[in-house]
Amino acid sequence: MSAWEDARVPESARLGSPSLGERLEAIWGDGPGLRGWIASVDHKEIGKRYIVTAFAFLVLGGLEAVAIRAQLAGPDLRLLSPEAYDQLFTMHGVTMIFLYAGPILSGFANFLWPLLLGSRDMAFPRLNALSYWVYIAAGLFMYAGFVVGRGPDDGWFNYVPYASREFDPGINIDIYALGLILLGISTTVGSANFVVTFLRTRCPGMSINRVPILTWGTLTASVGNLLAVPSVSLAFFLLWMDRQFGTHFYDTAQGQPLLWQHLFWMFGHPWVYAIVLPAMGMVSDGLPTFCRRPLVGYTPVALATVTTMALGFGVWVHHMFATGLPSLALSFFSGASIVIVIPSAVAVFAWTATIWTGRPVITTAFLFFAGMIVLFVIGGVSGFMTAAAPLDWQLTDTYFVVAHLHYVLIGINVFPVAGGLYYWFPKITGRMLDERLGRWNFWTMFAGFNIAFLPMHLLGVLGMPRRVYTYPAGMGWSATNLAISLGAVLFAIGVLLLFVNVWLSLRRGAPAGDNPWDAPTLEWATSSPPPAYNFAVIPSVASRHPLWEERLGESEGRSRLDEGLLLDRGRETIGTTPLDAEPDLILEMPADTAAPFILAVGLAILFTGAAGHWWWASGGGVAVIAIALLMWFWPRRVHADEPAEPAHG
Amino acid sequence: MAEATYRGEALPVGARGRNSVGWWGVLCLIATEASLFAYLLFSYYFMAVQRGAAWSPDPHPTMKLAGPNTIILLLSSGAAWWGEQGAKQGRRGRQLLGLGLAIGLGLVFLIVQGFEWKAKKYSVSSSSYGSLYFTITGFHMAHVVVGLLMLMAVWIWSAMGLFNPRRHAPVSLSALYWHFVDVVWLTVFFSFYLSPYLMW
Repeated sequence: MSAWEDARVPESARLGSPSLGERLEAIWGDGPGLRGWIASVDHKEIGKRYIVTAFAFLVLGGLEAVAIRAQLAGPDLRLLSPEAYDQLFTMHGVTMIFLYAGPILSGFANFLWPLLLGSRDMAFPRLNALSYWVYIAAGLFMYAGFVVGRGPDDGWFNYVPYASREFDPGINIDIYALGLILLGISTTVGSANFVVTFLRTRCPGMSINRVPILTWGTLTASVGNLLAVPSVSLAFFLLWMDRQFGTHFYDTAQGQPLLWQHLFWMFGHPWVYAIVLPAMGMVSDGLPTFCRRPLVGYTPVALATVTTMALGFGVWVHHMFATGLPSLALSFFSGASIVIVIPSAVAVFAWTATIWTGRPVITTAFLFFAGMIVLFVIGGVSGFMTAAAPLDWQLTDTYFVVAHLHYVLIGINVFPVAGGLYYWFPKITGRMLDERLGRWNFWTMFAGFNIAFLPMHLLGVLGMPRRVYTYPAGMGWSATNLAISLGAVLFAIGVLLLFVNVWLSLRRGAPAGDNPWDAPTLEWATSSPPPAYNFAVIPSVASRHPLWEERLGESEGRSRLDEGLLLDRGRETIGTTPLDAEPDLILEMPADTAAPFILAVGLAILFTGAAGHWWWASGGGVAVIAIALLMWFWPRRVHADEPAEPAHG
Repeated sequence: MAEATYRGEALPVGARGRNSVGWWGVLCLIATEASLFAYLLFSYYFMAVQRGAAWSPDPHPTMKLAGPNTIILLLSSGAAWWGEQGAKQGRRGRQLLGLGLAIGLGLVFLIVQGFEWKAKKYSVSSSSYGSLYFTITGFHMAHVVVGLLMLMAVWIWSAMGLFNPRRHAPVSLSALYWHFVDVVWLTVFFSFYLSPYLMW
C-alpha cells in the first residue's frame, strides 16, 4: 500500500466523494463466505453475534424458569425429579447471570462503542473476536453436562461443602468449575479491550466529560471485572483442585469452607454492578432522547457510576451475614451496603428529573426505560432493607431475597436491554421495531413481571425458603405460588412478543434512516446500518450532544461531522490522549484473521481434556493454542526496509 | 484540503513505546494478574488467621534457598531494564546481553525453585498449608515461565534486527511484565518466609 513511514500528518477530507466510501469499504469489509465470517474482527459483527447468542441463552434460562415455576405451582407436585430440579435452578442462575446478563451488555457495548466514540473499531479488534468465541465455547461447555443430565446442581453460588467431591461426586461441579474459568478468560480480555478503547480511541475533542454515559457504565464494569473476575476463577480453580487432586482449601477438617464464600462474593458483588451499570448507562443515554432534553446531572451520574462500583468492592459480606461472623464485621459491611443507596439514588433522581423537566415522547423504548426506574426503586428498597443485618437474619434464604434479586437483575438489566433494543434496533438493522406490538410487549412484560415477583416478598416474610424443591399443602403458600407461576408464564409471553417483533420487523419494519429518534450522539450521525468503516471521516466533537448543538447552543465551538481525518492508507483510526482526546497517534488496525477462533478452539479442547482427565487432549489443546498465538503475534513486515512490529490487539 | 481539522505535528504511525495501545493492554493484564495474586495471598492469610499458629510449619520455612533466589530474580529484573535501555539507544549488543542475562537468571530462579519444592516435607495434598504453598508458588512459577517465553521471543526478534530505537514496544512490554512477575515474587516471599515471624 504505502511505503513504510514512521510518522505523518494525517490528511483531512470533506464528505461527498462517492469513491471514498468504496475505497474504505474495500479496506474494512469482511471477506466472503464462512471463512470471512469466522475471521471477521468488525466490532459491529461481533456485537451482533454477542446479542443474538446472549438472547439465545436468555430463552434457555427462561425455559428453565418456566419448568421451575411449573414444579412450584402447587404443593407436593412431582413434575420434576429432585435431581432435575437442582440442575434446572442451578443452570437457570448460571445462564441468566453469566451467559445472558453480562454478555448481552458486552454485545450492545461492542456494537455501539466505536460508533459512540467516533472511531472505526475497538482498540484490540482481534481480542474482541477472541472474547466472543471463548464466551460461546464456555456456554456450550457448561451446557454439555446439562444435556446429558450431568449439569451443575449446587446453585449458581455453588457453596461448599455441598459442592465438594464427598457430597457431589459426579462431574457436574467440575464442568461448572472449568466452564466458569473459561468464561472468565472471555470476560477479562473483553474488559481490557473496553478500558483501552475508552482511554485511547475516542475521536478528537471527546474529552472524558463529553462521552456518553453508556461508556462510563461499561468502563466502570470493565475495570471492576479486571479486578474481580480473578477471584471467582481462583475460587473455582481451588475447588477443582480439592475435588480432583486432594487439596484442602475448603474441607472442614483442614481447610475453611467460608473461604469459598469470601472468594465467591468478593467477585459476586462487583459482578452485580458489572451487569447493571452499563444497562443504567443505556437508560441515561436513551431516556433523554425521548424527553427531548439532555440528561439532568451528567457529572453526578458519571461519578455515581464509578462510586457505586468502588463501594461495591466493600460490601461482599452482606451475602454472608448469617455465617456467624463477628458483629464488628457485620456493622462495617452493613454500613457500606447502606451507603450504596446514595449513588444509586443519584441516578434515579437524575432520570426522574429528566422526565419531569422534559417533554416526554411515549415510545416503547421510553416505557421500558421508565418502567426500569420503578423496578429499580422497588429492588433498591428491598436491598436496602436486607443491608440491615438483623432484618437479613430474618429474611436470608427466603423468597424475599429471590424477589429482591429478580427486581434488581430483571429490572435493571432486562428492561433497559429491551428498551435499548427498541432504541438501537434501527441503527443495527436499518429498520424500526413495530411500536404497536411494542406496547403489547412492554405491558405484558411489566404486568407479568410484577405478578410473578411482587408476591415473592410476601412469601419470604411468611418464611418460605428459597431453592426448595417443593412444599407441603397447608403452609398458606399455595395460592401465592400459583399466582407467581401464572405471572411467570405471562412474563415469558411478554419476552416472546419481543422476539416476534424482531422477527416481523426484520422483514417489514419501516426503514429507519440515519437518525429516526432525532437523537444527539454520534452513532446517529452515520447510516443505519453503519458501513464497515463506521465513519468515512473521523468526526471531531465540541460537546456532549454533537447532533443537538444548533438548538442547545451550549457549546462554544461546533462539532464537525462532515469534515475530518481521512486515514485511508489501510485500516487506520486515530489514537487520542486519555483525558482530553487530542490526537497523538495513528493507530494501525489488524486485518481479519482466524487466529482468535483457533485460539478459542484450543482453549475449549484444553478445558474439555481437563474435565475428563484426558491429558493427551489437553496437550493437543495447548499445541493448538501455541499455533494460534504464533499466527497472532507473528511480526508483520509490510515493506522491505521497515522494521517489523509484532502486531497487537 | 489538508489540515482542515487537524493542525498539529506529524503523528507517529502504529505503536511506539508507552504511546502504543499495547502498553495500556499490558497494564490491564498486570492489573488483573495482580488481583489474582492478591486473592491468592488473601486465601493464605485468611487460612492462617482462621487456623492459628499450629497451622504454619514449625520451624518457620528456611530462607537458605529462597533468600538468594530472591536476589537472583531482582538481578534478572535489573538486567531486563538494562537491555531495554539498550533497545532505546539502539545498542543492539547491550540489548541482547541484557535480555539474555534476564532470561538466564530467570532460568536459574526456576531451577532453584525446583530444588526448594523437592526439599519440602509436605505436599500439595498433605495439608491446607501445603495446598496453599504449592498452589501459590506454582502460580508464580507459571508466570515466570510465561515471562521467560515472552523474553525469549523478544530476544530472537532482537537478534533478527526487527526493532530500532523508535520501534521496540515488545521489548518494553515484556520487560514491564517481567518486572511485575518479580514484584509478585516479593509479596509471595514476604508472605511465606517473613510474615510467620511477624504473625507468630
